[in-house]
Parts: sequence; C-alpha cells; structure tokens
Amino acid sequence: MQSSILLIVFLPLAAAIVAGLFSGSIGKVPAKLITTGALFASCALSWPIFLAFLGGNAEAQVVPVLQWVQSGDLSFDWALRVDTLTAVMLVVITSVSALVHLYSWGYMDEDPSQQRFFAYLSLFTFAMLMLVTADNLVQMFFGWEGVGLASYLLIGFWYKKPSANAAAIKAFVVNRVGDLGFMLGIFGTFLVFGTVSIPAILEQAPAMSGSSITFMGMRLMTMDILCLLLFVGAMGKSAQLGLHTWLPDAMEGPTPVSALIHAATMVTAGVFMVCRLSPMFETAPVALTVVTVIGGATCLFAATIGTTQWDIKRVIAYSTCSQLGYMFFAAGVGAYGVAMFHLFTHAFFKALLFLGAGAVIHAMHHEQDMRYYGALRKRIPITFWAMMAGTLAITGVGIIDVFGFAGFYSKDAILEAAYARGTGAANFAFWAGAIAALLTSFYSWRLMFLTFWGKPRWADSEHIQHAVHHGHDEPEDHNPAAQEDSGEAVAHHVPSTEEKDGTAGYHPHEAPWVMLIPLVVLSLGAVFAGFVFYEPFVDAEGFWQGSVFFNENLVHTMHGVPLWVKLTATIAMLLGLAIAWLSYIRNPKLPEAAAEQLGPIYRFFLNKWYFDELYNFLFVKPAFWLGRVFWKVLDIGIIDRFGPDGAAWVVRQGSVGAKRFQSGMLNTYALIMLLGLVAAITWVLL
Amino acid sequence: MEGFPILSLMLLVPLVGAVLCMFVNASTARWVALIATLIDLVLGISLWLNFDIGGAQWQFTERANLFAGFEYALGIDGIALMLIMLSVFLMPICILASWTSVTKRVGEYMAAFLVMELLMIGVFAAQDILLFYIFFEAGLIPMYLIIGIWGGDDRIYASFKFFLYTLLGSVVMLIAMLWMIQEAGTSSIPVLLQYDFPPEAQTWLWLAFFASFAVKMPMWPVHTWLPAAHVQAPTAGSVILAGVLLKLGGYGFIRFSLPMFPEASAQFVWLVFGLSMIAVVVTSLIALVQHDMKKLIAYSSVAHMAIVTAGLFAFNSQGIEGAMVMMLSHGLVSGALFLCVGVIYDRLHTREIARYGGLATNMPRYALFFLLFTMASIGLPGTSGFVAEFISLAGIYQMSSTTTFVLTTGIILGAGYMLYLYRRVVFGEQKNADAAAMPDMNAREWLMLAPVAAAVLWMGVYPESFLAPMRSDIAAIEARIARATPAGDAQLEAGAPRDHAANYMAGEHGSGHGAEGEHGAAEEGGSEGAEH
Repeated sequence: MQSSILLIVFLPLAAAIVAGLFSGSIGKVPAKLITTGALFASCALSWPIFLAFLGGNAEAQVVPVLQWVQSGDLSFDWALRVDTLTAVMLVVITSVSALVHLYSWGYMDEDPSQQRFFAYLSLFTFAMLMLVTADNLVQMFFGWEGVGLASYLLIGFWYKKPSANAAAIKAFVVNRVGDLGFMLGIFGTFLVFGTVSIPAILEQAPAMSGSSITFMGMRLMTMDILCLLLFVGAMGKSAQLGLHTWLPDAMEGPTPVSALIHAATMVTAGVFMVCRLSPMFETAPVALTVVTVIGGATCLFAATIGTTQWDIKRVIAYSTCSQLGYMFFAAGVGAYGVAMFHLFTHAFFKALLFLGAGAVIHAMHHEQDMRYYGALRKRIPITFWAMMAGTLAITGVGIIDVFGFAGFYSKDAILEAAYARGTGAANFAFWAGAIAALLTSFYSWRLMFLTFWGKPRWADSEHIQHAVHHGHDEPEDHNPAAQEDSGEAVAHHVPSTEEKDGTAGYHPHEAPWVMLIPLVVLSLGAVFAGFVFYEPFVDAEGFWQGSVFFNENLVHTMHGVPLWVKLTATIAMLLGLAIAWLSYIRNPKLPEAAAEQLGPIYRFFLNKWYFDELYNFLFVKPAFWLGRVFWKVLDIGIIDRFGPDGAAWVVRQGSVGAKRFQSGMLNTYALIMLLGLVAAITWVLL
Repeated sequence: MEGFPILSLMLLVPLVGAVLCMFVNASTARWVALIATLIDLVLGISLWLNFDIGGAQWQFTERANLFAGFEYALGIDGIALMLIMLSVFLMPICILASWTSVTKRVGEYMAAFLVMELLMIGVFAAQDILLFYIFFEAGLIPMYLIIGIWGGDDRIYASFKFFLYTLLGSVVMLIAMLWMIQEAGTSSIPVLLQYDFPPEAQTWLWLAFFASFAVKMPMWPVHTWLPAAHVQAPTAGSVILAGVLLKLGGYGFIRFSLPMFPEASAQFVWLVFGLSMIAVVVTSLIALVQHDMKKLIAYSSVAHMAIVTAGLFAFNSQGIEGAMVMMLSHGLVSGALFLCVGVIYDRLHTREIARYGGLATNMPRYALFFLLFTMASIGLPGTSGFVAEFISLAGIYQMSSTTTFVLTTGIILGAGYMLYLYRRVVFGEQKNADAAAMPDMNAREWLMLAPVAAAVLWMGVYPESFLAPMRSDIAAIEARIARATPAGDAQLEAGAPRDHAANYMAGEHGSGHGAEGEHGAAEEGGSEGAEH
C-alpha cells in the first residue's frame, strides 16, 4: 500500500508537470496520453485500497514523505495518510478524474491549448489527493489552496473572456474569505493543543470540551470557536449559504471542469473536512448546530434558485450547492457516515449530470440555454439515457426494501438521520431537506423535460443559427458567450414552436465515444452505488474503523423512524415530478402564468436572492472607494503634505526668510548685532 | 575555513570590481560586474556550506582594532548568513536585469551596484555598532545615485524623498548608539547584546532605533517614500530596494531592538501591532486601485512588511522565525515581481497596467513565471510566501487573536489586488497591438527568473534548509526576551470536560424519539449557557 499511495498521489503531479511545462515540445496527443494514463493508473491503484478497507483487510497507515516545517514547537511534515475515509475519497477522486480526462479528449478536441487544460486537470487531481491524504491541518490547507488554484485556472481557462476572468477571481477571493476562517482555526488549534497533527488533536479534543478562551475580546467555549472558524473554511470551499456566490459563476469554466471540480470533488472538501474532524466537532455543540442550520438553509435556498434558472449548467450548479447542504446537515446531526455516503453517491450522479449536460451542449453547438433545447430524446439517445439515470438518482427514485437509484438511499438516510436526531436544528433541517427534495425533483425533471421532450425550439438560438450558417469549425466558437444574463428575460417564457419548424435545419449529433464511455460508466454508479454501498457506509462501524465519529444510537434510532418519515423523500419526489410534468409537458403555458402570479418571489429566486448585488454594494464597491480615499486623501493629502513635502516647504520658507537677512547692508548687520548684544547682556544680568 | 577572512574577501571582491568598472568600457563593465557578483555568490555558498549549524553563535569572526575602541569586527550568525545569502543571490540577477536596459554611464552604474553589494554584506556582517551604522547609512548613497541618475522622469523628487526620509530617522539612532557606547563602555555588538540597559533608558533608546528602522521597513505612516522610489528606480534598483534594503529595518529590530531592549519592546507591542494592522488594511486597499504596476507591488510590499514587524514583536519563536522567512521570501518574490515588470517594461516602456493585456497569448512562458510569483505573493501553500505568512501569523495569534484576524484579512485583499493585476496584464483580449506584438522571454530573462522561481518553491516545500541555520539564534533571542514577554490574549482556561459527545443520544434502541430530542435540546441549552 505504501508505494501504491505514493504513486496514486504523485503520478498526477508528474503528469501535470510534463504536460504543462513541455507541452510545446511533446505535442498534444502525448500530453493528453500522459495525463490520462496517469489518472487511470491512479484509479486502478485506488480501487484495491478501497476494496481492502471494504473487506476489512486494511488498516489505517501514514506514509511519511518529507519534513516540512519545524519552528519552535510548531512542526508539520509532508505525509500521506490512508484510512477508510481517505480510501473513499481516493476512489471518488481518481475515478471521476480519470473519466473526466477521457471525456475531455472529445469535449476539448477543438481547443488550441488543450495540453494546458489537461495539465491543469491533473494538477487539480494531485492537490485534491494531497487534501484527502493529509495527516495534519496544514497539509490539508495545502491541498485546499492547491485545488483553489486549479479551480481558478480552470474557471479562467478561456482567459480571453472577461466573464470567465471575473468568475475565476471571484472564486478565488470568496474562497479566501473562507480560508481566513480556516487559517484562524488552525492557529487557534495550535494555540490550544500545541500541535496541528489531526490524530493528536482528535485525541485531545474531548478533554478540552469544557474549556473557555478569549477570541477577539469575546469569551467563548474553546471547541465551539475553533470548530466554527474551521467551518467557515468549509463553507467557502463547499459554497454554503453566504459564501456560495462563486459556484454558479464558476460554470464559466469548460463543462468537464464543472463535473470534476464543481460537483464531484473540490466542493465536497468542506464536508470531508467536517467528517475528518468529526470527533473534534462532536465536542462543540454550538458549532454543530450552526453546521446543521447552515446546511439545511443552503439546501433549501439553492433549490429555490435552481427552479428558475435557464442555463442548463447553472441549474446543475445550484443543485450541487443544495446537495452539499444535505451533506452538511447530515454531518451536523452526527451522521457522518451518511454524509460521506451522500458525498460518494452524489459524486457519481452529479458528475454524470454535468458530463451529460456537456454532451447536450456539445450536440447543440455550445448553446447552454434550455429555452432553445427540446425534443432531443431521439436525437441523442445515449446522452438522454445517461441523463435519465442521473435524474433518477438525484431525485431519489426507489421503493423501500426493493431497489432504488443512488440518491434514493443516501438522501433518505440523511432525512431519517435528521428526523431521528430530533433537536430543533435537526427538525428544521429535516423539513428544509424535505421541501428541497420536492424542489430538486421539480428542477431536475424540468431540466429533462425542457431538454429532451416537447418540440425543437432551436431556431432562435444564436449558436445554432451560427452553426447552420457558418459550419462548425471555428475554434473561437469554443468560447460560448457569457450566459450571465440568460435570466434577464422577465417572463418565464419558452419560445413557441407552433407555427414554424423549430429545428432550423440543424442536426444535433451524438457525442463521440470518448465522451459516451464516461457517461455509461458513471450511469452504472448512479444506478447501483446506493444499493451496493448502503450497508457499509451507513450501518457498519467496522468499515469506518474510527476514521469518522460513529454514533451507534443515532443509527439505531434512524432505522426506527416512523414510516411516513421514510416515505417523505419519495412523496416529495413524486410531487415534484408531477408539478414538472404538469408545467412542462401537459400545459406549457402554466410556468409563465405562475411566474406572473408570483412576480416578486419569482424575480427574487431568478435573481439568486440578490446576493451578488448585496455583496457588490457592501464589499466590492467600498473596497475600491476606500482604496482611492486612503491613497489620494491619506497618503498624498495628509502624510505627504505634512510629512516630506511639508518639511521641504518649511525649509524653503525658512531659507526665504534667512535670505532677507543677507542684505549686504552694513547698517542692518550692525543693528542686528547691537540688538543681539543687548539681549545677551540682559539675559546674563537677569 | 577557520581563520580565512572570507567575509572580508566578500567585501573586497565587489570593491575591486567597482573600481575596475569605473575605468573600462560599457560591455566590459557588465562582464566585470557579473563576474564579481558571481564570485561573491560562490563565496556566499561556501559560507553557507561551512556554517556550523548549532555551533558557535558567531562564526567567521574577524577583528582588527582601528582607533579609540572602534573596531573593524566582522562575524555572522544564522540570521545574518541568510540575509547575506539573499543579497549575494539577488545581485547577479540585478546585473543581468540591467544588461541591456541601462545604456548610459554603464561603468558607473555597475560600480554603484557593486558598492551596494559591499555595503549590504557589511551591514549584516558588522559586529561593531559603529561599523554597522556606517554600512547602514552608506547604503543610502548608491541607492540615491541609482534612482537619481538612472531613474524615471520624476527621479529627482523620488531620490530626495527617499534620502531625507531614511536619513532623518537615522540621525536619532546615531545619538542613541553613542549613548549606549558610553553607558556600556563598548561598541561590540555581541557584548551589547548581553548588556542590560535600565528599563527607563530602554524606552528612549527603543524609540530612537524605531525612528530609523520604521522608516527603513517601511511601516505605516512613514512608507510614502517607497512607492515613489520604486516607481522611479530602474528595474534592478527596485529589486535591490525591495529585496535587500527593505530587510535592513527588520534586521535592525531583530538584532538591536528586541534583544537589547526587551522591556521597552514589550512596552511598545501595542504600537507595533497597531501600525501593522493599519498598514495591512490601508496599503492593501490602496494597492487595489493602482494603475501603475510598480506602485501596486510597492504598496503590497508595505503590507507584507507589516506582517514582519508584527511577527517580530510576537515574542515567540514562530513569530520571529516567520518574520525572518517572510523577509527572505518577500525579498525573492517581490524582487521577482519587479523583474517581471521589468521584462515587459523593457519592451513597451510603460508601467501603466491598462497598456497591457492578453499577454498569455503571445508570452506564455512569461505568463507562467508571473503566475508563480503572483501566487507566492498571495501566500499559496507550496511557495515561500505561505510558509512565511503561516508561521508568523501562528506566532502572532498566540499574542493577540484580534491582530491576527486583521492581519489575515491581508490574504483576502492580497488575492484581490494581485489577481486583479494579473488579469489585467496577462488575461483578456489582446487589445493593444504593440503589447500583442511583444516577444516571449529570451534566454537572459529566463536565466534571471528561473533561479528565483526555484528558490521560491524550495523555500515553500522544504524550508528547513533556511530555518535550520537560524534556529538556535532565534531561540537565543527568545530566551533573552522571555523575561519581558507579555501575556497573550487567549487566556485559555480549563473546565470540566463534557460527559457526552454533542450528538450523544441516550439509550439502546427505542427509548423514544421525543425523549432523546429533549435530551439533545437540553444539552445544547446547557452549552450555550456556559458560553456566556
């Protein structure tokens, strides 16, 4: 296992370096072969480790790599830790990453700088692997920031697009707000425990659960404030309410990036962190209550926005944000295994949905607005069935004790855990999660119906028209226009297709096989991951081997919840499906009418609760304004004016005065001398 | 190497080079300067290799009595060694950076740089306080000339501002030094380090030194000379200014203020922390609105130096070591950023950010280097900037969480202004035809930036090489100031640990859902109560 974990982590790095630095000399295909090959190798090495933990034949171990920092009693090293929690993440990361690499052969085929793209992807994978194998908080932070860098580079991959650049910076800076909390949390942890080693902290945490500490003048419970600070970091990376604004904008990046980074792996890092530190969070009730409430609120709030968006990727982005909320409140109520289970299943079906959306976008010549889709079911059948599997998984279709798709098991388990926990916060999360399940079903089916059912509405799309009139082969085209304002159309209006032929003579084409294979593989995950892995993730304490806090009584209570609780998610799913069917298949005029009726609420959701506007007003504008004031008024107007320039002025004025005395007139000199003499004598005599 | 006057040799080589440069033609002068600085680099490396980590505090000592108790005494500890390494490492790069951009009075220019190198090494190696003062102040002269003769359009104002600011502060320090020599009866730094000045005198001495070091640092509000000087200085001048001259203030604090006046240092922690906090927020925000690349980086330097000052006065080994690493890291990173500006300035002759854009298309290798140094500047883990920021802030946190919070906001603002700069210069459409026509880096420029990039990554991944030589010296300082160390603001108080985990649920199987809910709620209520 030692050498295989080293290979798993460092192969992607080596591939990234080779493909990134020598791309000019080795050419496109070798660069793609090296990175993709490295990832498949990593993936092939990861599954045996996971299976060994699954079978109970492996034990946690730490592989030291290199000393890092030793400063006084602060010391941390580079090391790779493998335990059950890591093993779960290893298979998720390497599998999705390998598939996304493969998919990108097709998706990025026309891009002139695809070596750079593959190098970034592999670099990202390396950083993510460093994050999940961290044995101390600082290496976790290294991975944390490394994935942030890769995310920044990939969101801004099409660097000529202003909207992509803005989104990249936004992602980095908003994440840094979270990192502020993470860093302060690490400092505080070091202050309290004298170490940043995760096992040592987890061991000592219970003993500190009664202690108190002063933080910024406030007297607080030690463990609560530490966990809250760390959780702020998790909120940033996992796009939770308040720090979520970067995630939808991150859709500016190429779609494979969205699948890998902004759905399956990076954004789940916050959940991973809370689970990794679960014994520490269990000493902090207030912090856990906050985790539960934020998670519940996020899952509901993001789902409301998801129902109104037109850009296919943004719908899935808000869906991701919402699903992350589920994971957080599962962790908040103490069901860490369940949270990890949803992370695991979500990785497969959400990556599938994104890659499927990518195949649709590919088929529709870079059109991302669902208003211009329709009737694609027969045109791109494999993509359709893959998306179908993803939708069945995310909406949680299944029958108790028989079979269900992946999300059926994990989402139900989360709701059951929240209900079983029974505290005020947990109850709030339960109801928020139940309503969000309805909304999830609605927006997921809405996406499916708008895209695959109905009549073609392609004719009005600029992209399609462009394709029809100019042919396909213009690389510039690969930078689709910003979809930022796709929601600007006030009415909830779907272009009518009754009078004319909506196809405009365009023929959508199924994606090449390199893109379809990942879809098929991920579909298998979306269908079976829940059914196969429910047992170990949720019920088996032995599987986790103490790598997450296991609350046995909670699991027992969870299985004993009333039947209506177990059926809640299914009922919500059916309701959502019914409403979506009514609105988009049965009576396509309904959404418009509903939007009209619900005017303000609809606009509130459509405009994403006005978070961007609020933050712009509160933070961005004042920062620039203050910068100008500090510069022009403080530095130039006050410091320079009264400092160096003032001193120079005094000297100049002084010399003007002194010049007057040098008149060269003897009588003036004599007079001054006399006055001086008188003054001196007077002073001496007195 | 015992007994071999290697430090004197390191002073002699640039001196001889400088004299030679005055008498030869331009291209020969370039080569003379390059060779002289490379020889010093080799000597520096052998100094590092022969430095006995954990050995005597002062190594490679030389002394010769001159007159009236004034000694020519040289010797280094780990701290000085690292700063000397930084100087000799950056110098050949500066010469390369000036290779084609400086065309007038090349001989004098190269001589000025060599004299600069001599003085910088002298400052860090001096073991006599007056000798230190001479090197410290004389360093102003070549810099003044470099800005005043080879600088930009507004160079005269900038050079005067630079000179007056830094000189005024130093005069007070000289008086304090003379008083100290009088009081302690020696001008030897190692002896003075062990001398306990009376606490009431310390206050005045500390303030006198502070006047000088705060300007050199520069700390807010005496920082305004720095942007002006940077903007007007030629590229290599900026590199040395940011890389080495800015480190003199920090070196002064660590060598004099802290170990010689521990009580006064403790007394003024609030002042240093306060100014550092203002500096980070104010100068970072100012950096956000700059249109001039060099001014932006200059303001970011003030923000980074604020972490150094706060770290030094954290009174623990993390704070001081972090501050030292920050000085080394900032020397490399901001030096490299100025080199990056220089690369494109040489092509387009403007520092105006808006005149560039889309360089990733025509200068991809340049874009990569610039990205690396941008990331190092905003403290991405894996680069030197992170190690520096992280260790020093971890140290400061032990003293004051509020200060750490304010200083750490610098990581948000830093990301803001640096990425905004990078976006405007490197990303976007190629909207200016002349910027779009610029060729990518040539071999000479590659040779300048690649070593710095390697050093930045080395310090980020394995900083032990740099921390190890300084460890025992910083431990000695920590021991020296221990008696005055103020208490931190955390005031951790133990309490009886909780009986149960936060999500504890009583009972095997169904003791009823309602009862457990109440239990959980009661527990939460209890903890909230304990909080207040």
